[in-house]
Amino acid sequence: MKTKNIIIFSIISSFFLVSLISIWKILVTLQGIKLENFNFQIIFLLGFLVSLAHVIIGNKLNIILKLIIFSLIFIFIDGYLIQSMPIWYNIGVFLILYFFINKIKKFNNKILEEEHSTQIIIFDFLTLFGIVLFSFVILFPFYMMVVTSFKTQIALLVNPLDFSINFAQGFKDLFKSYFVIFKSYKFGKYILTSTIVSLGTVFITLVFAIPAAYAIARLNFFGKTFLSTSILIIYMFPAIVLVIPLYTVFSQLGLRNSIEGLLIVYTATTLPVAIYMLQGYFKSIPKELEEAAILDKLSWFGIITKIIIPLSIPAISSVALYVFMIAWNEFLFSLMFLDNPNSFTLSRAIQYLSGDAETPRQYLMAGSVIVTLPVLFIFVYFEKYLVSGLTAGSVKG
Amino acid sequence: MNDTLAKTEKRTAYILTLPAVFLVFAIVLFPIFANVWISFKEVELKDIRIPEPRAKKIVKSISGETTKIKILYKLRNSSLLQEIRDVTFQDKYPKNFQPKDLDKRCEFKKNKLNCKFGNWPAKYRENFEVIFETKDGSNVNKKEIKSIKPKLKGKSDNILLNTKFTIKNFKKVLFENEFIDLLLTTFYYTFFGTVGSIVFGILTAQMVNQKFFGRTFMRSVLLFPYVAPVVALAYTWELLLDPNSGTLNSLLINYQIIETPINLLGQKYIAVNILGFDFKLRLALTTVIIFEIWRYFPLAFLFILARLQAIPKELYEAADVDGASPFQKFFKITLPQITAVISILFMIRFIWNFNKFEDVFLLTGGASGTRTLPINVYQQGFAISDIGTGSAVSIVIVILLLLFMFFYFKLLGKRVDEN
Repeated sequence: MKTKNIIIFSIISSFFLVSLISIWKILVTLQGIKLENFNFQIIFLLGFLVSLAHVIIGNKLNIILKLIIFSLIFIFIDGYLIQSMPIWYNIGVFLILYFFINKIKKFNNKILEEEHSTQIIIFDFLTLFGIVLFSFVILFPFYMMVVTSFKTQIALLVNPLDFSINFAQGFKDLFKSYFVIFKSYKFGKYILTSTIVSLGTVFITLVFAIPAAYAIARLNFFGKTFLSTSILIIYMFPAIVLVIPLYTVFSQLGLRNSIEGLLIVYTATTLPVAIYMLQGYFKSIPKELEEAAILDKLSWFGIITKIIIPLSIPAISSVALYVFMIAWNEFLFSLMFLDNPNSFTLSRAIQYLSGDAETPRQYLMAGSVIVTLPVLFIFVYFEKYLVSGLTAGSVKG
Repeated sequence: MNDTLAKTEKRTAYILTLPAVFLVFAIVLFPIFANVWISFKEVELKDIRIPEPRAKKIVKSISGETTKIKILYKLRNSSLLQEIRDVTFQDKYPKNFQPKDLDKRCEFKKNKLNCKFGNWPAKYRENFEVIFETKDGSNVNKKEIKSIKPKLKGKSDNILLNTKFTIKNFKKVLFENEFIDLLLTTFYYTFFGTVGSIVFGILTAQMVNQKFFGRTFMRSVLLFPYVAPVVALAYTWELLLDPNSGTLNSLLINYQIIETPINLLGQKYIAVNILGFDFKLRLALTTVIIFEIWRYFPLAFLFILARLQAIPKELYEAADVDGASPFQKFFKITLPQITAVISILFMIRFIWNFNKFEDVFLLTGGASGTRTLPINVYQQGFAISDIGTGSAVSIVIVILLLLFMFFYFKLLGKRVDEN
């Protein structure tokens, strides 16, 4: 029983090690280093032996000593005997092994004797494997977006696998693509348009949504239930269905190619979810506060501005951030309604840029970085607010 | 007293909600009805511009005579298709102006020239000339004349508003454009995209629900594809998958896994051999579905994680006491607890994926077997500029969605009853 568990443990853990090292090797290949073979078998065998040795040696050896001995053997075989690799590659391998041995530390003789230990091993390593794999799969495109924007067309044609960034070339050459898209493609203007449209949408949505949400949360009136249910149903309705009628009406009213037109559509499409999120929060505010205000003869305007808004700053900011992100990322309506480059938003501008087959892709990627950065920054910085918003509103998209 | 209070409350409520309700109805509900109307009409993109009477004003001095001036109006009907009826014209001039030899259709009163041009057929053009002289013999100021713009008005039929209806559009949609293939593609895209994102959502939520170093960071990272702009992500993927110098193909060739590059987004079918059976996989569609799963599993992840964190710890502790294995715990405790969330997620994602336009449009533009219904709305309405047919496709989308919702709720209701 125990031997079987030890062997299963060694096999699974070395699978995990192979995946770690393979991801590292892919990243190294993308630095322009010629690496044509993963050497799965050898790494698997080495990993197997390391895991086996780890369990057998147990606590007889100091963990740091163990780590150094295993890593050195590993690096000697993988980074020197098979293919001589640069120092930084071996440092990476060393760090991976450090991480790996730290992870398998908890698997000693005792755990391996327990009931269900096979399942525990599989479960643990699946989790670890999942974390590593998902981080890689998700971050890889973002990484490629950034590094491509720093390369030149020729460099990418000469070696499509060399994404190493040459920091020695100076600030101007490194950020060349960014300078070009600002200078020749008017990206400054597009950023401004996108910002105006997004902030405008946030502002108008809040102005409309706060009173409506207050009424739904607090007041009694005919059609209230109908209203609050229809909000959710409207929210489910597809944007693509709205496009043709809105296009015809906007053409006839001259609202196409205008910021006003976009503002109207964005506000209307984000209003339902904004109202839904806000009314939920308003309901949680104690009623007594307002009752006191009513006795003081405060009008509804006073109640909203003096009591409700100050008390619901967290909810309002999460709605605001969330509406901002929707408006900033929006593409469908900006594609349909904008065909004059003077009124493009960032997303539309990038799509327009890509329509020209001659556009070098590093410009496209520089544009993509510019449109992505603000959103990711806002997201990471205000994550707490946004996640609650995301779950409450389950963002459209 | 109470009655009036209730009344004011009602009135306040209407004042507060009306602006929002009006806006949403105008932009979201009205178009849905307008779609029905347009889908029964034969309308093309070029028809929706309202025909306008237009005039270009050209001021010409007459040589030798500084007190006289010739004004030429180039009149035209902006539409190539429709006539404009009862065109009227008005222009203003400086006070000391007087017309010479006025056209019969016009009259001059209080420095204003009013003309009735009658009906203009489609493509109508006319050069209309008036000569003015100053009453007091002073010189003409050309700039002043140029700065004033003539006003023209006319009546025309708005194709959208007449009562001619046809069912041609629906015939076209249902019988001409390989409708079955379109439906199947949409179904594959929606179904596999939804199921895939939920499966990965469960896996990642289960992962992040355990304690490990960097867990909050991991949660942020998992949401990146969902919050980043679709344009940036789609082009990055396109660049990664490009057959000529894309990173993925270059890597695969470098590691000698494949010999020739695969056009993942541009190839409709690829022959696959599984267990000795050869079959054709829809390659571009599969790639688009993978993108879709990659981009939307975070939503499922977020929902399921929130639910997982709400499961009482005692359940797991009791299971530990009973000696349950990790897999047993997952299948016997976790999964039953998240089925409700999953069924809601399935519905939300199914509806949204069914309507997803941007992702496919940006990745393939609907080529190589990835044409879904929403893409078809765009292609009919804007690429072929047949607005009527585009609307008809929209109507088909709405009907299918309503059908889906109806059956889904029925099914869900049944299952709730059984439990």
